[in-house]
Amino acid sequence: MARLDLKHIQKQFDEVTALAELSLEVGSGELVSLLGPSGCGKTTALRIVAGFEQPTAGELLVDGNDVTGVPASKRNMGMVFQAYSLFPNMTAKQNVEFGLRMRKVARDKCRSRAEELLELVGLATRAERYPHELSGGQQQRVALARALAIEPAILLLDEPLSALDAKVRVELRQEIRRVQTELGITTLYVTHDQEEALSISDRIAVMSDGNLEQIGAPAEIYRSPATEFVANFVGLMNGFDGRVQADGSVTVGASERPIRVTQKHDSATGATVMVLIRPESVDLEELVDGAGVPDGAFEGKVLMHTFLGSVTRMTLDSDIGQLVADVPSLRALTMPPETRVGVQVDPAGVRLLAR
Amino acid sequence: MATVAATAEKRPRRARRRSRGPSFWTWFWLIMAALYFLVPLYSTLQFSLETGAHAYGFKWYSYIFHDPMFRTSFLFSLRLAVETVVIGMVLMVPTVYWVHLRLPQVRPVMDLITILPFVVPPVALVVGLSGVFNILPWLLSSSQILAFIYVILALPFTYRSLDAGMRAIDVRVLSEAAQSVGAPGWKTLLYVILPNMRTAMMGAAFLTLAIVMGEYTISSLLLFNTFAVYIYYIGNTTANPAAALAIISFALTWGAMMGLFFLSRTRGTRGRASGGPGATAAVGR
Repeated sequence: MARLDLKHIQKQFDEVTALAELSLEVGSGELVSLLGPSGCGKTTALRIVAGFEQPTAGELLVDGNDVTGVPASKRNMGMVFQAYSLFPNMTAKQNVEFGLRMRKVARDKCRSRAEELLELVGLATRAERYPHELSGGQQQRVALARALAIEPAILLLDEPLSALDAKVRVELRQEIRRVQTELGITTLYVTHDQEEALSISDRIAVMSDGNLEQIGAPAEIYRSPATEFVANFVGLMNGFDGRVQADGSVTVGASERPIRVTQKHDSATGATVMVLIRPESVDLEELVDGAGVPDGAFEGKVLMHTFLGSVTRMTLDSDIGQLVADVPSLRALTMPPETRVGVQVDPAGVRLLAR
Repeated sequence: MATVAATAEKRPRRARRRSRGPSFWTWFWLIMAALYFLVPLYSTLQFSLETGAHAYGFKWYSYIFHDPMFRTSFLFSLRLAVETVVIGMVLMVPTVYWVHLRLPQVRPVMDLITILPFVVPPVALVVGLSGVFNILPWLLSSSQILAFIYVILALPFTYRSLDAGMRAIDVRVLSEAAQSVGAPGWKTLLYVILPNMRTAMMGAAFLTLAIVMGEYTISSLLLFNTFAVYIYYIGNTTANPAAALAIISFALTWGAMMGLFFLSRTRGTRGRASGGPGATAAVGR
């Protein structure tokens, strides 16, 4: 187990800034995901850690030792790539043994280690198969075993599931997490899939335009986004311009009805803030026969249903503007489009960002 | 409406015609093409076997095989071919690998440079290269110079074959995967890249072999008795043995091509580049 420190890492490709300045610490045995859209610099950061790119400025430390100038082949970091990267001329077992053979490990030890790792990734019976005889998911499992065979200080995964179909992706990400936890290996995982990052990471570093937007535990990133970018990139968020009231609540748009907020904030009374509300924090109640809006709620009208399985995403036109709410599908059936509803917002689900 | 209906009616008829297999015209052109190639070959074969009026045998083949010049010129050309292949591979494999891995922007320049031997006439090439090799007088007076010239002559084929081979595998990902588990650059090339380039290298080697075995202009200008010069000499002096020699030469080239075909087939049944069509089709199985 090793500790990884990225200190003020910058990367410039001619006129393009891939990494403005990235500082990140990955603790021993921790799995940290670099999450962001295409072109945000996450893969560049990973390639710098792997040694395939040299940073324009900054330092890379493993257990406090500077490895910035060390060639990739001497860094002792295993990597799983986005593209299928198994050596086509070797069987699954030979692929796993390859790194050990390069280290001149005795042949029988190579064999037993490869068998052990193929067992770990559930492919012991496919050891003699060539890459083209394996499915995409199986190839990535072998690639994981190959990366782990050399007992790397750090495991790097560059969008290893992006070429796989949805079902295999879910299975394999659980498998990766299981193996990582079992071996306690320090891991840096790059993905653009927020669900993937939220489900397997100890911490997530959200990146945008070569900058680190926020780093924190998955729940923290989801519940308390630090920036508007994080709020919009991780999950779905209703966003409104609001004004802080004297009692700490906020009013949104032309509506005079205050929305209560439990988040501690230091915005002054009258300050303009961004009010963020997750769809699952919005509760709806049908208003039958001209019934009035309950206390603390505001009025809305259902515009559209989007069925998502266990929940239905409902688009509403309300006093504070258009917003979406996730409602259990059985309940949503009772509120078809055009239904008048009372909209209640859970104060714990409201997040304020200073403007 | 009538047009639409007529088109709709025509479509199944066309589909029926397609499903019946090759049409008359397909066969016609196929047979014409076959005749175009096979008739001269048959005539040459018949002439090479003719030993008298309505008498056939292998007399002229025996004549050729017993001619010491055949043996020496053939072995000389074969040696040159092997040397050319070795020099060409040693020079071009690392170059093409490096261009693919680190300098992909140089690829158009490489395309242009390697096509030059097609543009420069052999006479101009010999005169120019003689000037260049003047700095190495021992080479200029030795037959080895031909191998160096042939490397240049075969460059368009060698480069294109190797380039296609490198394109078929994801050179960058495979190299990085090898380096990430501890393989230095040369071991990556030796254990990962070269085994997956076997077909491309065989292709380049056989094309080079075919070029060297048949090259006449440069060797005759430099006064070397290569196999092609011998073929020309026999053709000018005797008729039937020349036909026998043409058939022998054809058989050798054909044998080389068949060798390439079977080797690439054998290769295809083992490893295949990952990320290729086969791998993609297997995703999610």
